Amino acid sequence: MKRAIDLTVNGDPHTAIIDARETLLDSLRYTLNFMGPKEGCGNGNCGACTVMLNGQLVNACLVLTLETEGAEVQTVEGVADGDQLHPVQRAFIDNAGLQCGFCTPGFIMSAKSLLERNPNPSEAEIRLAISGNLCRCTGYDKIVKAIQAASQALSRAA
Amino acid sequence: MAEHTVIGTRLAKVDGPERVTGKATFGADLLLPNMLWAKLVRSPYSHARIKKIDPSKALALPGVKAVICAADLPPLAKGTTAPLVGEVSIDMSAIRELVMASDKARYHGQAVAAVAATDPFTAEEAAELVEVEYEELPVVGNVLQAMQPDAPLVHEDLYTTEEATQEKSAQPSNIATHMVYTHGDPEAGFQQADVVLEKTYTTQMVHQGYMEPQACAARVEPDGKLTVWTSAQGHFTVRNQLVALLALPASRLNIIPMEIGGGFGGKALALFEPTVATLAQKTGRPVKLVISREEVLRATGPGSPAVITVKAGARKDGTLTAASAIMRYDAGAFPGSPVSRGLLVGLAPYRLANLHAEGYDVVTNKPRVAAYRAPGGTPAGFAVDSLMDELAEALTIDPLEFRRRNAAQEGDILPLGMPLNRIGLSQMLDQITTHPCWTDPLDGPNRGRGLALGYWIGGSFTSSAEIKINPDATVAIFVGTVDLTGTRTTISQMVADELQLDPGQVTIKVGDTDSAPYADLSGGSRITYTMSVATHQACQDVLGQLKARAAEKLKVSTNEVEYTQTKLWARSDPQQVVTLEELARESVAWGSGPIVGKGSTTRMQPAHAYAAHVADVEVDPDTGKVTILRYTCFQDVGKAINPAQVEGQIQGGAVQGIGWALNEEYIFDKGVLANASLLDYRCPVALDLPMIEVSLTEVPASEGPYGLRGVGEVPIVPPAATLANAIYRATGTRLQELPMNPERIFWALHKKDAQPLAAAD
Repeated sequence: MKRAIDLTVNGDPHTAIIDARETLLDSLRYTLNFMGPKEGCGNGNCGACTVMLNGQLVNACLVLTLETEGAEVQTVEGVADGDQLHPVQRAFIDNAGLQCGFCTPGFIMSAKSLLERNPNPSEAEIRLAISGNLCRCTGYDKIVKAIQAASQALSRAA
Repeated sequence: MAEHTVIGTRLAKVDGPERVTGKATFGADLLLPNMLWAKLVRSPYSHARIKKIDPSKALALPGVKAVICAADLPPLAKGTTAPLVGEVSIDMSAIRELVMASDKARYHGQAVAAVAATDPFTAEEAAELVEVEYEELPVVGNVLQAMQPDAPLVHEDLYTTEEATQEKSAQPSNIATHMVYTHGDPEAGFQQADVVLEKTYTTQMVHQGYMEPQACAARVEPDGKLTVWTSAQGHFTVRNQLVALLALPASRLNIIPMEIGGGFGGKALALFEPTVATLAQKTGRPVKLVISREEVLRATGPGSPAVITVKAGARKDGTLTAASAIMRYDAGAFPGSPVSRGLLVGLAPYRLANLHAEGYDVVTNKPRVAAYRAPGGTPAGFAVDSLMDELAEALTIDPLEFRRRNAAQEGDILPLGMPLNRIGLSQMLDQITTHPCWTDPLDGPNRGRGLALGYWIGGSFTSSAEIKINPDATVAIFVGTVDLTGTRTTISQMVADELQLDPGQVTIKVGDTDSAPYADLSGGSRITYTMSVATHQACQDVLGQLKARAAEKLKVSTNEVEYTQTKLWARSDPQQVVTLEELARESVAWGSGPIVGKGSTTRMQPAHAYAAHVADVEVDPDTGKVTILRYTCFQDVGKAINPAQVEGQIQGGAVQGIGWALNEEYIFDKGVLANASLLDYRCPVALDLPMIEVSLTEVPASEGPYGLRGVGEVPIVPPAATLANAIYRATGTRLQELPMNPERIFWALHKKDAQPLAAAD
């Protein structure tokens, strides 16, 4: 059965004609063509599909699109300001906080959300905040350092 | 090339922006007009004869366009091979069975049929409606059981090959190959020893854990050509396999590489591409397949588990006199475990005049293993470096000093018979002696420090590059090597360095099989190593052409022309200058023709990679949980083209090894994987780890323009023994089985408590 869902993605209004079984991740990717969020597991284990839903960090694979009528969604595609990368994105590049890049969209969302809640997190707080995001390439070291660098860059900018 | 300007710098990843913004296109991100979705039908049994496949109910479901099984693939003569890399070829009849089983399902989750439907939900429903009739067969669950003479046979027609003679056994067996390598006189060597130790070590099946599940798509073009999009580790390698499996010439296949969300060796084979290609041929529509995480874990090709017996002897002064290793590697359902690599890797850090190495490649009813980062190396490293640590202790010699005294040197013979060229093992070990990770005191109860070594040989095979000078004097390099984790960046650095340009003036493109120069798959720590030669050659080719053109303008001979930072000038008259800009512009404007440089390599000497890891751990005696307090990796990298990327490779490899050591394992219940989710399989998360320190040694490799060594694989070899040795020093208990998870450590620590219970049982 198809349904129409109105939602806002990265500030723009969209109407998604969806199958009732679709997750928000399915709809973002295959109905609305926001390919930034990735499916690494489909059951909330890996965090590659992390997006902001009404200001909350969620695994898009665990949300049914049917539940998102009127919702505001931010994906990794909505993080940069035009061609100006967000300081978190810049810090991941400058600190080699990514290799294959498949998990990166999820990490960017988790890191950005952390720094919005806690602008000067400790290493332990950073590790806790990204413990729902799996990365198999980096061993996390340079991701933690990237988030530390982003924290400093944002502090300087503030 | 004495002075480097770009090589050796921490250049930011050239393809970083597309990855942090979600724009990089991975396999699953492809959407094609009118596309169908595929789903695989998988065996619910670990070992069963396929009696009948009835697609009628599935085909009756609206939206279902095709159902196929193995019989829909072109016939393939048994023993057909295709080149995987260089001279290493794979048995395509086994790959065909992994694509879809024809006669028997040999592991739980093996694909037996596939459907294509208009959307993923319908495809999933249809897969459940395909009726397959099975006859269950007895299951061979592990390597030791499989080696028993009365074990059920995974293959009725598999006979043991004696590697040295190529003779086959009289009776069929689950042992596919038996190999023996000996040098010196091991028996005499053991006689000379003051201490001889022998122990057996066990490791479990593990998964590479790449974050991206496999995805691919295929489309038949109007002229009948087949286009295939893949997230495999080598699109030319996929093409080699499809030529055999689809019975099509390479000229009728174009393979387009997508971005790859990690592979670590697990995405070398064309396990899914033949299926989407056949479905596309049957339906006349594009077909895409994306497998689920559960399918990834059950049925893509994990890392090989092993049972390894190591024996080593040494004199009182610490000199090793002999060693032997018997390694039994589980290949899963089809032959091809990395046992020979295990034999090579485990003992390679040690100078051994007398050595006996014996290996068994064994099949079981488990998923066919794939390569996993230094394939075969981690189990071998765990076994050998645990025993070496025990030997040092028995001789009351410091573990680092023991390894320094016995460290392999240039000219020594490796376990499989090859002599070592230039290596930096001793220099690396010298660095540890003064490093704080080794000299800082470690106080407190239940804490211990461990050290272990690792080795990896790496691969060579074919890589090539084409460099074009654009009319505006910027540069494009075109390659066929897919970028797993950063080779676009390192190759760009080489071009910028050689042509003395800003890296921003260089662009790199990985092309499809119709257009890019040939490359074998990205694996074996080989891309940066071999591409350094191909890129250097292509740059020299370009410089040669530029100098010839400049010579004409300067009216001097070519060998008089020098190149410095985009300027060409004659030694006899440095005032007269021709610029790269002029030559680039004229190359298309005045008929001298575009400047294209080419380079390639097909076989290089090994650039041996050695690593040593040092860990401080604390073990909770009440729970058995290990906390890593400090972790340091030493590695001889030859030359770090990009130190940030080299560190990242080492940290990532070390953490995969830590996961293998402490927690990761396939838990089987009657041949069925019981932990087929990432939560239950449990790779390390950020909270499990400290920062991973890296200390680089740079002893140039024997071959290549910059002396670099492949760095990606060896860091996964030392962690298991490093942590086992640290846990021993923390607790006084030696573990001989991976993973060293809390449960296993708890029972090892409480063995005495457990015994009365066991006795009463």
